[in-house]
Formats: sequence, C-alpha cells, structure tokens
Amino acid sequence: MEQHSDTFLENASAALKNSAQAERRDFIALFAPLIRTAAVEGFAEFDTLRAHVKRVRQHSLDHLEYYLGKFEHEAVHNGNHVHFARDGAEMNSIVLEICQQHSARRVAKGKSMVTEETGLNSFLQRAGLQVMETDLGEYIIQQAGETPSHIVAPALHKSAGEIRALFQSKHDLGARELPETVDLVSEARQVLREHFMKADVGIIGANALIAENGYSMLVTNEGNGDLCANLPRVLIVCTTIDRVLPLAQDATAMLRLLVRSATGQAQTCYTSFYSGPRRENDVDGPIETHFVLLDNKRSDILGGDYREMLECIRCGACLNHCPIYTSVGGHAYGWVYPGPMGSILTPLLTSLEQSNALPNACTSCGRCAEVCPADIPLPDLLRDLRHEETTKKLNAPRWRRGLKMHAWLARHPPLYQALTGMVIPVLNLFGRRRGSFKRLPLASGWTGQRDFPAPQKGTFMQLYKAKLKRQAAQEAKRNHEH
Amino acid sequence: MNEHAEQHVAPPRGIRVALFVTCLADLLRPSVAFASIKLLERAGCDVIVPLQQTCCGQPAYNNGNYEDTIPLAKQVIATLEGADYVVVPSGSCAGMITHHYPKLLEGQWRDRALQLAANTFELTVFLAEIVRIKAPGKAFPKLPAVTYHDGCAGLREMGIREQPRQLLRELCGIEVKELNHSDVCCGFGGTFCAKMPEISAKMVDDKLKNVMATGAGILAGGDLGCLLNIAGRARRHGEDIEVRHIAELLCQDLDTPAIGQGT
Repeated sequence: MEQHSDTFLENASAALKNSAQAERRDFIALFAPLIRTAAVEGFAEFDTLRAHVKRVRQHSLDHLEYYLGKFEHEAVHNGNHVHFARDGAEMNSIVLEICQQHSARRVAKGKSMVTEETGLNSFLQRAGLQVMETDLGEYIIQQAGETPSHIVAPALHKSAGEIRALFQSKHDLGARELPETVDLVSEARQVLREHFMKADVGIIGANALIAENGYSMLVTNEGNGDLCANLPRVLIVCTTIDRVLPLAQDATAMLRLLVRSATGQAQTCYTSFYSGPRRENDVDGPIETHFVLLDNKRSDILGGDYREMLECIRCGACLNHCPIYTSVGGHAYGWVYPGPMGSILTPLLTSLEQSNALPNACTSCGRCAEVCPADIPLPDLLRDLRHEETTKKLNAPRWRRGLKMHAWLARHPPLYQALTGMVIPVLNLFGRRRGSFKRLPLASGWTGQRDFPAPQKGTFMQLYKAKLKRQAAQEAKRNHEH
Repeated sequence: MNEHAEQHVAPPRGIRVALFVTCLADLLRPSVAFASIKLLERAGCDVIVPLQQTCCGQPAYNNGNYEDTIPLAKQVIATLEGADYVVVPSGSCAGMITHHYPKLLEGQWRDRALQLAANTFELTVFLAEIVRIKAPGKAFPKLPAVTYHDGCAGLREMGIREQPRQLLRELCGIEVKELNHSDVCCGFGGTFCAKMPEISAKMVDDKLKNVMATGAGILAGGDLGCLLNIAGRARRHGEDIEVRHIAELLCQDLDTPAIGQGT
C-alpha cells in the first residue's frame, strides 16, 4: 500500500476540517468505549485471562520457530500446502502463482489487514485477476477506491448517504433508491452472493494459527469468510508468522479477549476453524488449500526492543480509545495500521524515516495501554520510537536543540534560576493586566491555538528565597533585641 | 485507593517533607507551591524546599531524549532523597519520579530511584491518605460549583481520582460536579500541544465543551500543564470559567487571579 505517513500533520489538518467525518468520529469515540467497557465488565475474569494470554503469547514468541514448525507439520498432514514469505512481494507472488496454476480469473477475498500491508489486491489485479472484497466494509471502500480507516471497521469513515451515492454510481440499480440502511446491505449481499458463486479462489486472513492441530481460526460477523473459504475450488489463508499459538484452547482464550475488546460482543456471529481441503466424503469445501505465512520484518521485531508489539491481537481497542485517532481518523496515519498500534507498527514495518511523525501523535495519556487486551505498554514503545527518532536526528533540529538546551539548563540550577528569574518578572509586567498573552515570541506552537497564561510576579524560587531572607532578618532582629 | 499509599500508616507529626515544586509552578504559578506548603504545614509536616531543584525532566524524556534526562533524574534524586517524604503538586511529575526514573536508571541509581519512588506522593494523595489532613476551623467561603479535571498521568500512573474529590468534600464542603468523559486527555501532552497544535486544539475543545456543560464556575485540577492548556483555550474563546489548581482551592486562596485571568 502506498504510504503517506510523512505528511501526517497535513493529513490530520484536512481530516479535522471535514466536519461530517469528524462528527462520525466523535460518535465512535463515545460509543466504542461504552460497548467495550460493558462487555469487559460483564466478564469477571477479563484481567486474569489477559495475564494468562500474555504469558501464552510470550511463550509462543519465545519458541516461535518450534511452533511454526509444528503448525507446518500438522497443516501439511491435514493436506494443506504451507508457504513462507519473507516479504510482501514474495507473498503476493506466491498467491498469484497459485491462482495461475488453477487458471483462476476471479478471487473472492475476506478481510485481511496483512494483504493490505502487501498490496495484494492491486498486484493480482495488475496480473489480470478480478478481485472482490467480500467483507461489507472492505467492499464499500474497494468500490470507492479507498483504503481502510480502521482495522476492524474499514469503512467507518463513510456515512450511509455516501455509501448510497456510491452504490448508485457503481451498481445497475434501475429504479431502486435503496432508502434504508438495510437496503444498502441487501444490495451489497446480492452483488457479493453472485461473486462467491463464481469465484475460483478464496483468500482469507486468520486471527490465529493453532500449532497442535494445524488449523487456522477466523472470526467474522458477516460469514463472508466462510463463503470465501468453502465455495471456491481453492482456498488461500494469508497471515503472518506471529499469529501462531500452541493449543486450540489458547486460540479460544485469546478470542474471549479479542471480541470483547473489538466490538463489545461476547462472541462474533461466526467463529470458524479451517483444517484443510475437502476430504473424500465431504460434500463441500475447497479442493486445494494453502497457508501463506508472511514474515515482513517480524523476525527482526522479534529480536529487537519492540517485540511486545508482536503480541497485538488486532482488536482496534487502542484506536477507539485514542483521542488522537478519534480526532483525525485512520487515513491521516498514511498507511495500513492507524492509531497507537499503527504508530508503532508503521515505523517498524516500513521505516521510521518515512513515519517519524506517528510516534509523536501521542500525549502519553495511557488510555490505549489501559484497554489493550494484549497488555502492550503502547505509550512506552511510542516513547522508545521517539528516542530512536531523536538519536537518528530525524526530528526538527529546533525541537531537538531546544529540548537539549532546556535539559542542560535544568542541570545548572543557579543559571536556570537566574535566567528564569529575569524573564518571568518581565512577562508578568506585560501580561498581568490581561492575565494572558495572545501572542508570544518563540511560543507560536502554543499561542497559535490558545492564550498563554501570564506568570505571577516572580518565580517561586525568587519569591521563596526572598521570604526566607525576610524571615532570617526578622529573626536576627528579634535575637538582637533580646 | 492508591495501593502505594496503603502500605503507609499515618505518620507522627513533625515529619520532614520535601516539596518538589515542579517547573510549571515555579515559573508560572508560585501560588500553587505556597498553597501546598501551607496545606502540608497545616497537616503537621515540616516542609523543606530544596533550593537546587528545577525540572523533573519530562520535556526531554517524553521527546525521547533519554541521554539528557538521565543526569537530570540523578540530580533530582540527589536533591530530594534526604527527606521522609517527597510531595509533588502534580500527578505527571510525581509519575515521572515514581514510575519513569526507575526505568531510566541502572544499578545503584536505580535502587536510589526506587527508594525515592516509595516515598514520593502527589499532593492530594499525600493529604488524603498519608497525613489525613483535617478540615480547617474557619468556614469555607461560598464558592461557585466546582468541576474537576483528572490529569491522565495522575489518573492512570498514580491512581488519583477519589483523593481530590474527598479533600474538596471534607475541607471545603464541595461536591464535585463531574465532567462527562473525564478520563479523556485534554490535549496538553507536554510538547505535544505545540508540535501538533491543531489536533491538540480539537482535544481541548472537546474537554472545554464538557467543562462548560457542567455549568460549574470553577474548573480545578492537580496538573498545571492541563490547566494552562484548558485555561489558555478558554481565554482564547472567551469562555467564562475560572481555572485553578486544587492546592489553591483547598487553601481557600481565591484572591489570586485564576489561571490566565488578569488583575
């Protein structure tokens, strides 16, 4: 996917000016935390389970090679083909090759952020394949030529009115006007049904890979994943190596956290386990099945300081609870993964040079870490990325130098106090009448949006030292009088 | 209830408390530090203000400049560690000392940081749970309704939520009019508000909307950063709200002009 994270501030500025979308984001900011809180509070063991799943995830990552080997062995035993792809380009070529082997023309695709990461759709389309997204949200943005703005709800940014206009321009509707939301859904269902029946290859993602039995697990609310998996002749599951868990019960334990955190449900409408191709007496199912497991720098992340990020289960709770994400929306982040998790993943999966604004889109408020079902210290990882940014001198020199100078001054108390003791009374002199400044030299970042409250008549240190002096003088005077 | 506080029994009178003023109170609002001293003395503490203190290092630290934060952290530790307790009139600076210094430092310095962290408290936690300050003899003047802003670091790192409300109730007879979405950041975030001013402005506008919706005349809070941000935006928009630090309110100091207000 094309990246424009380097213009985050401009993207954000444009997003803030789109008031219709801003209103919908405000609604999500209120609504999503409510349903998540209700679901989590209704499940007494959430925190215990979170700690348990964290240990399981850590263990799986500690022994990733073993569990991947075990998964591969079991999956092959079940009749699957297992491929490993070093990077996105390799994943795309493997998928294309499978499609070509079967002379496929049509692909039905389930929702997969991994294939957004690798740009699979456009790659297959360039090779002449017809690729249809079948998740309703993904279908909408595919029709609109847009990218997901949320990892769970990709078309979150679009209103019913926009979707209606889109269908009116893209579908042959005749006299139908699709007045209600339900009409929009059935219209999409109708179009998608036909495609499911005609598709030669189905491509889906996975929420987990289970090492003990070689199955993959997928949750959806629309059932489109199952139609992609069962109707076409060939099934390809595209996911990443870090999804592997030792046991089936680990996957279901993770599921309890995932669904409550993502949509506030206790369970999604569909939870499916895919074992492999149709067996001799099966009445349906694909004839051939493949797993394509992508690395794309995850091995590097595993060996580095941001390893905990691999424990992310892609629930989107950090997005829904981040006041910056809900202010500017997912597109501002300029790549596949937005919000707090995206501000960490984007620099790791692309480069910090292209995306160093993202780790700065954080006030360290800690709300993301509080709700993260994988218990990832997101604000700490974001700060560590800012550390890397400043070490590599990627941030603006005036900020870097200014902060360095401030820290240096703070380490020299007499100088610091002498300097601030000169500046503060002057600011007080000019500001005390009005109480605040509309403009202030060197502080345009602050005063562009808000007044700068004027200081009181001196620094505390000045006033306090003066007070100590007065007290000492009085005491000396008293002693003298006695 | 702050877990950190539970392990401490109420101390005898005459304990030595070092006040960490914080740079924002030092530079922009000394009345917060003077009010803190008054409250601590009223609670029976001997307050010392180490004169070598400047800033806890959050600006550099939050921007990822760990190298320059480390010597500053050591300086703060050496300046404060002699006292029985360290009290900080800011949740975020208290969080910096108690949670982030130990992460930054190694070896003996880490041990010293942990020792200091164990004795360091945010002001309202210290007053409500450690020294259990009593209501003053004199009646509190009639106040406009008060709403309260929970700073994020105080709320999530330091477990501060009930303590300021309890103090306002017990010392001032005020029941806080709660803000909707009080757990959402006001958009300050240290240098964030200057680096991403447009996004920050959207966040502080959301906060101000909720503040004004309470109908309260005073917004109190425990973190000057947030309060300067909210007061500055309120001034810019001409919103009629007095923004004050909780220490000033608890001290019944209403003569000092509110943050951003003229004389």
